[in-house]
Order: sequence, then structure tokens, then C-alpha cells
Amino acid sequence: MPDWVDVCAEDEIEEEDVIRFDHDGRTFAVYRDETGAVFCTDGLCTHEQVHLADGLVLDDTIECPRHNGRFNYKTGAALRTPACVALATYPARIVAGRIEVAV
Amino acid sequence: MALAGTTYPKRDYSLTGPERERAIARGLASAEWYHSDVPRKEMKTLMKRSDGPALRDTVLWLALLAATGAGGVALWGSWWAVPFWLAYGVLYGSACDSRWHECGHGTAFRTDWMNDWVYILASFMVMRNPVSWRWSHARHHTDTIIVGRDPEIAVMRPPEIARTALAFIGLPDVFRHFAVLWRNALGRFGPDERDYIPEAERPRAIFWARIFVAIHLAAVLAALLSWSLIPLMLVGGPRIYGTWHMVLTGLLQHGGLAEDVLDHRLNSRTVLMNPVSRWIYWNMNYHVEHHMFPMVPYHALPRLHALIRHDLPPANRSMAEAYGEMIRALVRQRREKGYYLRRTLPPTARPYREDLHDDASVPRTPAA
Ligand code: FES
Repeated sequence: MPDWVDVCAEDEIEEEDVIRFDHDGRTFAVYRDETGAVFCTDGLCTHEQVHLADGLVLDDTIECPRHNGRFNYKTGAALRTPACVALATYPARIVAGRIEVAV
Repeated sequence: MALAGTTYPKRDYSLTGPERERAIARGLASAEWYHSDVPRKEMKTLMKRSDGPALRDTVLWLALLAATGAGGVALWGSWWAVPFWLAYGVLYGSACDSRWHECGHGTAFRTDWMNDWVYILASFMVMRNPVSWRWSHARHHTDTIIVGRDPEIAVMRPPEIARTALAFIGLPDVFRHFAVLWRNALGRFGPDERDYIPEAERPRAIFWARIFVAIHLAAVLAALLSWSLIPLMLVGGPRIYGTWHMVLTGLLQHGGLAEDVLDHRLNSRTVLMNPVSRWIYWNMNYHVEHHMFPMVPYHALPRLHALIRHDLPPANRSMAEAYGEMIRALVRQRREKGYYLRRTLPPTARPYREDLHDDASVPRTPAA
């Protein structure tokens, strides 16, 4: 059974947006897509360790704010150089209006 | 202008020499940089992508290229051809740089294939390998003007002013760039290129280098066979006779400012310009803003400038003013090793983040 960790209220993340979430000495990025579904990945770009939460969510992708490396935040796949290595993804869910992630 | 000789040896700007180790040891490589505060909501609006502005500008660009090129060919042999070639040269040999730049960032268009194809076309015109330069420019953004790390430092210290002036007619740049393409086409990469281009990307770099070299050689062949300069006026030549505007605007980006700092307000310059130059340059005159927030598309940079200018040194009010201050700084840098132009921040700005870099090497009071 994964350990679910509380992140924030559902409406604290806009649709098609991302926030940074720090937990237990690690940093994550938590996303909502345009339907309101939630997702979680590692928080730092695999190219040069920049916080993805400062980037732009466009459809299913997160654009890194430094070089526009792109990832599919639902699968973690790296989609555009200079990002070449996939992001780790983690389960995320909404329970009673709160977002939780299993990290 | 009388130029005094330099009084100190040239710094090592290679990416594999001692300056690289020094930059890493001093925490300047892949470091944290200063950013002005912009609320997330505003930043999201600024970063928003659309195809509209870049489509309009690209259609206009290609139409003007076709019209001026056709005019130049049709009037060949008469003086009336000169203005057509002057315009064609700048549209090809200068506007290509900004299209290369913005589409390389992937921000000009919302649609990826449009960014990619304009990027390839512009890379061909500016004679840069589209694969290598994507990596080179990524490094320029990670380590802007960090000696030993940034492969795109245009004016090295002590500044060679005559050599810098030659760049206005593409010399020796055009031959240097073509030599790199030629070397890449043969499957060879220099030590600096190997430092920033991953191994897996090299086959693509070789592929595009071969295509670019082949088209340029075809233009030379066509000129020889037709015994006419027209093919070279159309392809490759504008990188010499039309490159001056790219250099005019490009030198201002960082010239005379600080090296080895982690605050773009100390090493980049924003200059207000006339609308024609801004169109050719795709708003890269807002250069501090671009470096701080590279994901903001060119068409949103004036809005970003309005939002954060209270936190930036005042923008130069014209190219002439910016050149005045830059040339004075470059002349001084020929004699004074640590000198850089340090602009005064307005009272509304947060202070320069000097704590991020080494104050002993980048003095807070460079000017006596
Ligand atoms: S740091 Fe994310 S793409 Fe380079």
C-alpha cells in the first residue's frame, strides 16, 4: 500500500497548471490537467535540475522554464531536447477536495 | 579613435581550459540566478503560446525575401538593384539570427513543426549547425557570460575592437562558421562542441551539416557555371553583405558588461529601439528580460519589460546611446583588466545579487 501524503486543497492548483511540493527533503511537481485530474512527477528537470513548477503546462506537457525541455507529465516521457531523460512519476489522487500523492 | 594597447593577457575562453575548472570551483556553473518577482498568474499569461504573431511575421518575412530577391535579380546590372539587395541582405543575413534564436527556444510559434522548420531554415541562412547550436545556446542560457562555460561570448577580454568591427561584414565569422559546418559534415567535432553536444545527437548534427554544405556548394557551382554572382547574392552572400544589423544589435546584448556574475541585470542590456529594428530582431533588445525568463515569447517581451522594469537598470533609450556607453567600456576594458560597466539600479529595484558570485573577482566598484 502506498503512503499517501497530503499536498493541498484541489482548488489551490488551477486547471492546466503546476505547483512545487517539497516533502521529506525531496521536491516534486503536482499538476492538474484541463479536466481537473491530478498528476505528480519529480520536481526538478532531468537536464539541469531546474524547478519545473516555474514552467508552463500545455496540454499533457510541462515545459522546463530554462531551456524548454519538455516532458509528458502523465507518463514522465522526455519529449524535447535538451531534456533527454524521463521524469519519475508518482500516483496522485483527490480525496474529499484534497490532493494527495504517493511519493 | 586612438586605441591604447592592452596591458594584460587574453583570458582563456575555451570550454576545456583552466577557466572551466575555475568557474565550477567558484560555483558559477549551472548556478542559481537572480530573478525579478513576477506573480505566477502574470507569468503564465506572458508565457502563453500562439501561432498568430510569428505566422504573420514569417509570412511577411518570406514575402519580403522573395520580393526583394526577385527585384535584385530583375534589375541586376543597374543601380536600381542596389536597394533591393540591401534589403534582401538584411532580411536574409540579419533577420535569420532572431528567427533562429526564437524558434530554437521553441517559443515563437505554439505549433512545434513551425518552430522546427523556421529554425532549420534560419540555421541554414545564418550558417549554424541546427543541432550543435541548440546545445550551445542552452549552455549560453545556463551559464550566461561565465568564462570557461559559455560558448557564445561575443566580445572577449581584452576586447579586440578591430576584429569586432570586421564582424559587421561577416568576417571572419562566415568562414569560421562554414569551416565548422564542413568539419561536422565530415563527422568531426571540436573539443568545445564535444563538451556541450551529447554523443547521441551527433549523427543528426552531421546530417544537417551535410545538407547545408551541399546547398552552399551548389550555389558556388551555379555561380561558376553561369559565370554570375547572382546565385551567391541569393545564397550565402547575404551572410557577408547583410549581416551588419545582426551584429549591430547582437553586440549590445552583453558588450562591456560583467563576466562571471549570476544576475542578468549585471551582464545583459536592454535597449529601446525603432520598430523596424525590433521587427528584424524579434524584440531581443529586451535582453535582460529574455535571459531572466527565456520562455516568454518575443511578442510578449514588451509586456514583461513593463512589468519588471522597476527592478532593472534603466534601459538605454536608443542604440546610439547604448553604443556610446558600450564603446567607452570596451576601450577601457582593453587597459583595465577587471573593468565592467555597472549600471545604477533605480531605488525601486532589489540590490544586485552579489552574494551569488565572487565579489573579489567582480568588484562592486569597477570604476574609479
Ligand atoms: S534545465 Fe530543463 S531543459 Fe534544461
